[in-house]
Amino acid sequence: MVLVFAESPRGQFKKSAFEAVTYGKKVADALGTTCVALVLGTVNEAGELGRYGASRVLHIADATFNHFDSQVSSAAIAEVARQNGATVIILSHSSTGKSIAGRLSVRLDAGLVSGANSLPTAKGDALRVKKSVFSGKAIAEYEITSSSKIISLMGNAVKPEVVGSPVSVEMVTVPAINGRIRVKSVKTQEGIVPLPEAEVVVSAGRGMKGPENWGMVEDLATTLGATTACSRPVADAHWRPHHEHVGQTGIAIRPNLYIAIGISGAIQHLAGVNNSKVIVVINKDPEAPFFKAADYGVVGDLFDVVPQLNEAFKKFKAGH
Amino acid sequence: MKLLVCIAQTPDTTSKISFNADGTEFNPAGVQFIMNPYDEWYALVRACELREELGGTVVALNVGPASNETTIRKALAIGADEAVRINCDPKGAGFVAKQIAAYAQSENFDIIFFGKETIDHNGSEVGAMVAEHLDLPYVSYASKIDLKGSTATLERDIEGGVEVVEVDLPFVLSAAKGMAEQRIPNMRGIMTARTKPLKEVAAVAFEDASKAVQFTLPPAKAGVKLVQPDQMDELVRLLHEEAKVI
Repeated sequence: MVLVFAESPRGQFKKSAFEAVTYGKKVADALGTTCVALVLGTVNEAGELGRYGASRVLHIADATFNHFDSQVSSAAIAEVARQNGATVIILSHSSTGKSIAGRLSVRLDAGLVSGANSLPTAKGDALRVKKSVFSGKAIAEYEITSSSKIISLMGNAVKPEVVGSPVSVEMVTVPAINGRIRVKSVKTQEGIVPLPEAEVVVSAGRGMKGPENWGMVEDLATTLGATTACSRPVADAHWRPHHEHVGQTGIAIRPNLYIAIGISGAIQHLAGVNNSKVIVVINKDPEAPFFKAADYGVVGDLFDVVPQLNEAFKKFKAGH
Repeated sequence: MKLLVCIAQTPDTTSKISFNADGTEFNPAGVQFIMNPYDEWYALVRACELREELGGTVVALNVGPASNETTIRKALAIGADEAVRINCDPKGAGFVAKQIAAYAQSENFDIIFFGKETIDHNGSEVGAMVAEHLDLPYVSYASKIDLKGSTATLERDIEGGVEVVEVDLPFVLSAAKGMAEQRIPNMRGIMTARTKPLKEVAAVAFEDASKAVQFTLPPAKAGVKLVQPDQMDELVRLLHEEAKVI
């Protein structure tokens, strides 16, 4: 069977958990087996995962798991995988999944592909799966030959699909594991979709001339329900907080729509955003390298273009 | 304080990426190789700062062939005290992790540093694998570390926020932006790097259960479609009807 670890940071499933279960269900169908979800820690309505294709939901409700420790989580997942004879384990390619996947692979002697962005194909007993490599400049197909296989799924690579109904949750236990990481506090910004998960990102660069001009970027993001981001020079100059920096050294994103305003498009910036499905570039310099990577471009003064684009989106939203 | 920094060698960010004719192997011809930026800017520099503050030794470790020595010397020039190269042609993440774990097993490092991922395979796998091999705690995406006695307090980047954790030595971490500022090696560093010890160690056997078998280049972009700055309704229409993203 295919075992999906469905993350529930702070007791809540996020889109990435539904994506993972959707993906797990498709993998299970392709292999002619079932998709089973595993939930760790305190979480309500774990049975909801049935909607996305989990035929069973296993829940280890021990509050120990409410504080993340990769050692504790991976030991529990490995134990459940063994008990249930899982052949494929699916995780989200998130800060949590990435911390667990490598550990699990050692624990279970299982081949790992991290950051897969499409469904695997079976080749005899092996599985082949693709991922983006060289910071988006190439695609590699990996082959996993071990009997247990681990895949971590890149965010936004599949859309969550409702294919079933909630199932009853089976409570399970594993031998107690003592963690050695003490979580002191967790600070998250409420009400904002984190950049790695965002479907629409509005990003701005040095062309904005100063932090005082960001109002129009935020207005556009509000209209679109988008998350705001910025280029490295803007974060380095403290015009915007560091957590907004997308690019090679900052955060890598893969939204459906990336709108880049006043960003020239240095290769280090592109390395973090070139997995976006559609890129719109607004820049007054027609020679800006970003236009080469863009799907749509506007050569013009952003101080005129951005408010007009915002109005156009508002008009569109009102009509749809 | 005994600190190990694992450094990978990767193609330079600006390199044009190509593969051999049947797409089974990376083509290194004409490619400039560098130290993986996250290993260098964040992991190595922060390890050197901690050594400067608290005393001890920074060992830079690379799993790779003799041709990686230029990259290893750079780590010594930036401030590592000594270096180790595990002699092999590095294959998958599992293989590399096994080599690092086999070396570190008997060395009793207080902290083992990695960058958050390499810029070639973008896997973020090796740190977690090494932690599991050595049965050590793992703090990934650390953007800050402070040490008091044998206890470290770290901040780690999570989706949309920061987690503050405490852990006792020894442990493994992966470093993200914020850990340290990039350091350019100075002339003295470059001169002394030539005489610092660089030990070669034999690789141990390991067969990867996951291998890259086929590389392809992404389909070329169709080219940018330009929209006049006074035609924003048209841009919105294209995004809706043609690109179907809104």
